[in-house]
Parts: sequence; structure tokens; C-alpha cells
Amino acid sequence: MAAITDSRRFAFLRRSSAKTKAAGSDERKLPVGRQILLQVLCIFIAVTVLFPIVWIFSMSIDPRNIARPDALNLIPPGASFDAYAKVLNRPTSNDISFLGLAKNSLLIALSSSAIAVALGVTAAYAFSRLRFRGRGALMIAVLGVLMLPGVATLVPLFVFLNQFKIEFGDLSFNLRASLIGVTLAVISGQLPFAIWNLKGYLDTIPKDLEEAATVDGASKNQVFLKIILPLAIPAVAVTGFLGFLGGWTEYLTTYYFIGANPQNWTLAIALNSMVGDFARTTTWSEFAAFAIVFALPVSLVFFFFQRYLVGGLAVGGVKG
Amino acid sequence: MATTAAAPIQRPKGTRIRRATQPYLYLLPAFIVMGIITFYPLVFQVWMSFTDFGPKNFRVNNPIAPTFVGLDNYYRIATSQLQIPNFEFLRLVFFNLWWAFSNVVLHVVIGVLVAVLLNTKGLMFRGFYRALFILPVVIPSLIVATVWRNMFDTDAGAVNFLIQGVGGLFGLPAETPGFHLNWLRQTNDPIPFIPLPLAYFAMLIANTWLGWPLNAVVATGALQSIPGELYEAAEMDGASGRQKFQHITVTYLRPAMVPYAIYGFVITFNLFFLPYFMTGGQPFGRTEILVTQAYRLAVDRQLLGVAAAFAVYLFFLLLAVTLVTNRLAKATKSYAE
Repeated sequence: MAAITDSRRFAFLRRSSAKTKAAGSDERKLPVGRQILLQVLCIFIAVTVLFPIVWIFSMSIDPRNIARPDALNLIPPGASFDAYAKVLNRPTSNDISFLGLAKNSLLIALSSSAIAVALGVTAAYAFSRLRFRGRGALMIAVLGVLMLPGVATLVPLFVFLNQFKIEFGDLSFNLRASLIGVTLAVISGQLPFAIWNLKGYLDTIPKDLEEAATVDGASKNQVFLKIILPLAIPAVAVTGFLGFLGGWTEYLTTYYFIGANPQNWTLAIALNSMVGDFARTTTWSEFAAFAIVFALPVSLVFFFFQRYLVGGLAVGGVKG
Repeated sequence: MATTAAAPIQRPKGTRIRRATQPYLYLLPAFIVMGIITFYPLVFQVWMSFTDFGPKNFRVNNPIAPTFVGLDNYYRIATSQLQIPNFEFLRLVFFNLWWAFSNVVLHVVIGVLVAVLLNTKGLMFRGFYRALFILPVVIPSLIVATVWRNMFDTDAGAVNFLIQGVGGLFGLPAETPGFHLNWLRQTNDPIPFIPLPLAYFAMLIANTWLGWPLNAVVATGALQSIPGELYEAAEMDGASGRQKFQHITVTYLRPAMVPYAIYGFVITFNLFFLPYFMTGGQPFGRTEILVTQAYRLAVDRQLLGVAAAFAVYLFFLLLAVTLVTNRLAKATKSYAE
């Protein structure tokens, strides 16, 4: 009984949905009522997604430079970019500019991702293409480390790197308390991921090309350098970018190893010093502007290349 | 296949040794580096976990050797006898498991529903919505966590402003109780009989915002691989919309979503950023998870020996989680196929 009344009341729905199915994958028009209903749903989801982003943006252009916002304003009265000028000049109470912080972050991110990818791609080639004794055990070792969170190797790395005192000309520093020490720790987290992600990609490259080259007398080294490496460049770029992203926002190791020296601070440490209880002197406009400038470069790259990057994320992209 | 079998025969014999060592040469650079900065520290950590290692053991002037304490660190962690306020090991473990589980369930359900919604034929602006909904994924999680921390502020946070704004539409004044929530620090639980603080729900909201879009991407990929004829056949047999969803959509989504859900579980289990930057473990350490507690033991408390033992516990817990989830994945796989 209910079914009959239902089908009568929503006759327009049933008819058109039957037509849609019959037409298969053709793009067909939804009935207006349903289209509106689904659009409302989509807009609601869009609002929830955009809410924090719009809020942080409107806060960043609040000109009143009040310590805390007092209401929800899309565009606050008299909006200006003063907060951006302030944070680019001197974001924290320490004597270091945004560029100084960004330089330290960049150093960690670039060197760690470049080294991890360079070391990772040769190992990935061996795991993907060569047969040798102990292959299974070594792969499990890599996978086991990949599973560990960054915090699990933090303490021994601190003690281990703390033993090295570097003397280089006039320079004399403790390896642990330097950006190089942090970079080493970050590489330790990135290398297993680089190996695993690149191996996954190399496995998908068909073997025909290599076989043809081998028949023509190419050695394994030639196959690697002339065939595999050029084909793997997209995956190398993706892995490198995901590693860069991890290094760019690295916090745990950096804060623990060099948090005491503000000249070595990175963007991530500065950001945390601008939030909550630590931030009695920072206005929220400045925090918001800083967060946006910090996130924008990597977020834009990520957004435009998401098609290639999302797959890598699903393997365990960024270690927390 | 025939060419590969034939190739070695054509080779001169002198290359045989080189060929045998070659794979290891390719592995050598990576494994030397990992040996020094990953495997050695991990072994060293096990030794540290049996000592009372602390700052006194590596200071520059007059360092002294750490004392061997046997299993004391492990025992004190397991029985919650550390000299640290609000440390309860079992509560920590159960909260961590529940935190990961509740998040993954929410993310997968919302992700699948949105993917199904956006897969509706003829829906306008689909490409626009797909591009928009990926935004939470592209923002670094450190920034997401700090932004949400400010959003949940009691006096100046956007969430309370939003609640007051919505309440205002119904003519309720901003002073109405419940419109001025102390999201991150409130000590009494919002729901009676459920021992979860309000800060947990704040974290859940923030992490759901962060987590469902990637699930939607995975689900969309799986949805697009379902052959349309299946729905037509079901239609002819008189299946209802719900039956089609249950028997076709869910069946086809399962093989893609189960591995991804397991991956999400492990990631959320170890998610450092939200508990550390949003709630800081408040109130009374009740939103602390294992990784943030391990970090505090080392960085704030300088109890390196205890922190090492804690990391060993963490390793075995993760191993157990991985083994159990893998077994579950295999069970559901054979069920789905």
C-alpha cells in the first residue's frame, strides 16, 4: 500500500531515475526538485569545509589589530594587510624575520627530501627489479620502520647525535643542536617512505623495455640509469614533494633539538609560539596572516598537483 | 619470458660475481644511512629503556654513566607509578584506541556518503565541489591544528560565535548556557555516563573536517569502477534504492575502503598534531595519546630512560594493532569475494 502511494507521489522521481539508468553513463538532467535538494546538501558541506579557511583569512585582514576577534566578520570593517607586513618583518618577539625562519625550514625540507629520494630510488630499484638473498627480510625491515611514528626514534637520536662535536674551521657546534642534526633525524623518518613509495611506482613500470635493452647487451646499471630513472621522474618528484612537505612543517624534532636557540627556529616553531597560552603578545590577526603565508606555497602546489599526490598520501606520506 | 631466460646464457662468465653483489651495491647507500640513523638508535633505545637515563648522563662537563634499573621503567609505566600528574597508562591506551576507531568510522561513513552524492549523474557543478572538498587535505596538519585551537577558544573562537549566531536566529540571547563553551578545558563530561571530555569532541570535529575528504577521494575511485549494468540488472529485478546501495555499492566499495580504513586507523592512532597543538592533553591529560605522552616524557620531563621504555611499549602496541587489523582485512576480503 505504502509502496503504491509512494510511487504515485514521487512518480516524477521514479520515471526519471529509470530513464537515467537506461541511458547508462550519459549525463542526464536530474529532476529539478532533486537537483535543488542535492545542491543544498553540497552547499552545506562546502560551507563546513570553507568555514575555518574563510575565518582565518578574514581574521588576517582585520585592521583593528585587536588581540582577539569579537564576532564573525567575513570582511572586517576597514580591512588591510598590515598584519602581513608585521609578520613578514618580525613575526615573534625574537630577532628573526620571516625569511630567516623560512630559510631554516627550507634548508631542512630541501636537503632531507633530496637526500631521502636519492638514496631511496636506488634501493627501490633493487627491491623492485633485482633478485637476491635476504630481499624479504630487508623489505620487512623497511616496512617495520615505516610503521613507526617519528616520536619512536626521537630520544635515542637525541642522545646519539649529541655525542658529536663538529669542528670545521672557525665553526664549532654540537651536531644535535644544529639544523644538520635535525635534517639527519628528518631523513631517518623519510627514507623508509621514499623507498616504499618509489618501489610501489617502479613495480608498475612494464618490464618489456628493460628486457629489450638487456637483449641488446645493456647492463643492469645502464638499464637503471637510461630506462628506469627517466621513467621514474614523476614518482621521484611526488615523493620528493611529500618529503618536502614533511620537512617544511616539521615540529617534533626541531623543537626538541634546537628549540633553545631562536636563530635556528623554523616556521613551525614560530607558529606554535603564536598560539594559545604562549601568545599573550601576538594578536590573532598576526597569527592568521602567518599561518596563511606559511601554508600557501605548499598548499597551492598540493592543490594543483593533487591528482599525482593523493596516491602517495595513501602509502603513509607525512609522518607526524 | 623466453628472452629473460635466454639472456644470462649469452653473458660472459666473468660478470657472474659482479651480478651477485650488484643488488647489494644498490641497497648499500640507503642501508648505511638507515643503519646509522634508524636501526642503531632503535637498538640503543632498547638498552636505554633498562636504565635511568637522564640529562645528567650526557651533559658536557662531568657526565656520569646511567644506572641499570632492569625492568623498573616498564613496571612503573604499566602500573602508572611515574611521578607525573594525571598519568594512567591503561586509560591512555584505551583512549588512544577509541580515538582512532571513532575517527575512522566517522571519516569512512562521511567520505562514502559524499562520494555517492557527488557521483549522482546530472548533478551540477560536480567538478567544482570535488575541487573544493579537497581543500582540507592540502593544508599542512600543523596549521589545521593550530587554527582549530583558536576556533575553539571560549571567548574569541569562531565555533562559539557560530553557535551564538545560530541561536540568535531563534531569538536566543548569547548568554544562553551552552553558547559559551569552554571547549578545550571543560572538566566535567558533556554526556553523562560517557567518560569523554568535551575536548575529545572538539578534536573529533577538527579531525573529521580533516579526514573525510581523502576517504571521499578513495571511495570515488572505487565507485567509478562499478559497472553501470549491475544497477540496470538490479533495477529489472525490482530492487529498491536501498537494496541497490546495500548489495552493489557497499559490496564494491568494501575492497577499496577496508585497506584504506586500516591505514587511516594507524595514522589516526599516531596523530601527533591534534592532541598536542589543539588541546595539549587538557583537561587533566585526558586527551593525551601515546605519541604525545611519549614526547612529553622526553621533552618536558627529561625522563629519557622512561621515554625509551614507553617507545618500546608503543612499538609492540603498534605491532599488535597492525597484526589484528591485517587479520581483519583478510577476513573481510574473503567475505567480499
